[in-house]
Amino acid sequence: MTNVAALLMRDMRLAVRLGGGAPIGVLFFLIVVTLMPFALGPDLALLRRIGPAILWLGALLASLLALDRLFAADHEDGSLDLILMSRLPLEVTVAVKALAHWLTTGLPLVIAVPVLALFLDLEPRAMAAVALTLLVGTPALTCIGAMGAALAVTLRRGGLILAVLVLPLTIPVLIFGVAAANAAVVGPMPFGPPFTILCALSLISFVIGPFAAAAALRHGLD
Amino acid sequence: MTIIDLANPSRFLAFTARVLPWLVAATVCAFAVGLYLATLAPDDYQQGATVKIMFIHVPNAWLAMFCWTVMTVAALGTLVWRHPLADVAAKAAAPLGAAFTFLCLLTGSLWGRPMWGTYWVWDGRLSSVLVLFLMYLGVLALWRTVEDPSRAARAVAILTLVGAINLPIIKFSVDWWATLHQPASVLRLGGPTIHRSILVPLLVMGLAFMLLFLTLHLAAMRNEILRRRVRTLRLMQAQAGA
Repeated sequence: MTNVAALLMRDMRLAVRLGGGAPIGVLFFLIVVTLMPFALGPDLALLRRIGPAILWLGALLASLLALDRLFAADHEDGSLDLILMSRLPLEVTVAVKALAHWLTTGLPLVIAVPVLALFLDLEPRAMAAVALTLLVGTPALTCIGAMGAALAVTLRRGGLILAVLVLPLTIPVLIFGVAAANAAVVGPMPFGPPFTILCALSLISFVIGPFAAAAALRHGLD
Repeated sequence: MTIIDLANPSRFLAFTARVLPWLVAATVCAFAVGLYLATLAPDDYQQGATVKIMFIHVPNAWLAMFCWTVMTVAALGTLVWRHPLADVAAKAAAPLGAAFTFLCLLTGSLWGRPMWGTYWVWDGRLSSVLVLFLMYLGVLALWRTVEDPSRAARAVAILTLVGAINLPIIKFSVDWWATLHQPASVLRLGGPTIHRSILVPLLVMGLAFMLLFLTLHLAAMRNEILRRRVRTLRLMQAQAGA
């Protein structure tokens, strides 16, 4: 248990301190949302209608941004080899690293939603729906992304290939996230079914993601 | 001759050298019969002659999914049984799958233009085939980024297995999404179920395309084995020269 806590604290410290990339994701999220009115026009009625979709798309792209450093940074300075040799099962290690990654990059995106929702003129109810769906959905994005990051860890153009591999797999999360958020805003669909399916997708990817990522790390590094 | 015997690449090469001419002949015959039957098949009372696109389109769609199945089995062969030819089979199947998926999308959109009045609709089935195509391209990209073939094979095998789990989820969620937004344009084989006069040519064409896949796959596997031998010889030559 102390191993897990130590790894979690180490990864979170590295992410938030100087040289870590955690705050850049939120900044990127802010910029993507700021760009939208410039492309679509400052029509608040339109922005209010497609606001949940914009926020979800922005969060999806922002969560992708820091992913390629999830294992690559440790691989470069050699600490990944030490982590591989430790007594902790690699699947648990990957899950802990993914958790630390989500706490430092996914959770800030959720916290930023209320501010960004003001830009898009979302009502409090819609804002809460988007924040809740992102809270449930971003762990799925991180877990699916961890698999991609593990595959791309030794590649020179890792970040580029990572996006190509991961984005198609995130389509179900995006669909049900936006569907649930929209259901809460405009109806007439009930909020429950898409939201529970989103929860299910998160749980599935939390089961599959660490195992796939651990397998990819084992095979990729020897 | 079992699958274990074929694990030896030299034996596999000898075996395919004997089998391939027969397969090519069978493929040509099946296509000849299938295309002839397809021209004989009656035109649809609504769609006219454009319904014949189906005889190309549907087998391509079957093979688009079948190729991923082949890649999944090959991925298990790479990761679980360490079969030496499994990664060769996976690598040879990926471009074929991408090509069949592309042809499926292409013929589908050419069929859609006269029938629906548009090349593309964001229908559930169309979108999930498009996502399948994107995943094939991702697999191809991953094959091209790792230089060492056996390491690339293991990375691709993991991606293929994750994709195999995800493809039904994507299909299901895209269907949900499409029914949410545009229930009016959902693609269905409307009217009567397929009549025998159309079903028989379709099945023959399916068989022909299956034989085509088998032929191309074995030929591509031969090429891949030979390509790896050339690579090894070059590496040895470079080491001897250094």
